[in-house]
Amino acid sequence: MNKTRIRVLVGKPGLDGHDRGAKVIARMLRDAGMEVIYSGLHQTPEQIVEAAIQEDVDLIGVSVLSGAHMTIFPRIKELLKEQNAEDILLMGGGTIPEEDIVSLIEAGHAEALFTPGATSTEIVSWIKSKLESIKEDVV
Amino acid sequence: MNKEVLDQWIARSFERDRRATAKLISWVEDDIERAHIMRSVLKETGRKMVVGITGPPGAGKSSLVEALTKLYRARDERVGIVAVDPSSPYTGGAILGDRIRMQAHGTDRDVFIRSMGTRGHLGGVTRSTSDVLRILEGGGYGRLLLETVGVGQSELEIMQMADTVVVVLNPGTGDGIQAIKAGIMEVADVFVVNKADLPGAERMKNDIEMMLNLNGDTRPWRPPVVLTSVITETGVESLYEKIEAHQCYMLETGQRDERRKERLRQEVWRHWEDKMRAVYETVWEEAREERVILHQDDPYQLAQMLWEERFKGG
Repeated sequence: MNKTRIRVLVGKPGLDGHDRGAKVIARMLRDAGMEVIYSGLHQTPEQIVEAAIQEDVDLIGVSVLSGAHMTIFPRIKELLKEQNAEDILLMGGGTIPEEDIVSLIEAGHAEALFTPGATSTEIVSWIKSKLESIKEDVV
Repeated sequence: MNKEVLDQWIARSFERDRRATAKLISWVEDDIERAHIMRSVLKETGRKMVVGITGPPGAGKSSLVEALTKLYRARDERVGIVAVDPSSPYTGGAILGDRIRMQAHGTDRDVFIRSMGTRGHLGGVTRSTSDVLRILEGGGYGRLLLETVGVGQSELEIMQMADTVVVVLNPGTGDGIQAIKAGIMEVADVFVVNKADLPGAERMKNDIEMMLNLNGDTRPWRPPVVLTSVITETGVESLYEKIEAHQCYMLETGQRDERRKERLRQEVWRHWEDKMRAVYETVWEEAREERVILHQDDPYQLAQMLWEERFKGG
């Protein structure tokens, strides 16, 4: 009885206003059959987490181009924990240096990080493989 | 899912746990234990009135919802919002973007915003919209706002879900002929001409008033026409008052109960349809191939035959 549709919150935290990447991702996930809640620009981690809870999403995807990734990802994870919502996965994309990716993933501050050049197949299949096992447990 | 665990989630939602409320909505939307959840929820809810906001795409529905929410919050009322956007008929996916216009309440825990995709349902809302509104009421949100998808002229299902229907239009989107067409113009309890800072707002209002004059004086509630502008923040107080007035009218005249009776009839019919569809699918699968081929040019006759076989002891 696995009818549940994957729901994703796509948000753009911080001050940079370049949301083309976020929009491309949102559209890509829509075309993969997911429901994408697009929260728009200039979101605080608090707004992102509150929206994720109300919308009961399976996954948060944030785009960070400003260089603030080392602050934003841990902060979102921390807020999810405070809200007992650690089961919501966090993925990110943007211009993030390789060594930072390694340290964020190792510290558990994000489940996956994609950099420019990542293909839609790569992203969509990561989400599906990650979520399908979890969703079957719930139902 | 274990019923005991489910009942704990329901109890938590009634205790205003937002996570639990959000989960219940997802399960009802995905048709998981829907009847069980709704039995508990409907026992506790149904007292609060629903305000439905509808109108064409880009008319300013989300912005008006945000502006109204601001007024309700100033009066310390908790607000539950359901915002519907279309799902793709090809992939089932959707981009739900109504939250973008509702940023002011992004971290206010007394405002709960839930975006929904239509998931193939026509009529401007979704199959589970009215259930979701009741789940929000159960979660302690006393002001219930429903924003439909951007509608054309005939997405009228909002009538069955809202106690007050607000139709949002813009200046310059049609002359007097548009205003006398049937459909969306007939279901409004309150008209809003939004973006009234643009030219043509008064004229639009006049067109609507003229249409209302043609209704004669037989109808006890004449829908008021309110000019609003979210940009200059004018008219929203007035809209708030008209909605209040309409809700009083609905209660005092018993119209609310009338409308809800009709809604019940429609909802029962919808659940019947679901059951019938399930029956139909098995009937179709079991239908003997040679007869389908024999009658493939005459769907009327084929339908009649299958119906008789299934329901008349065949």
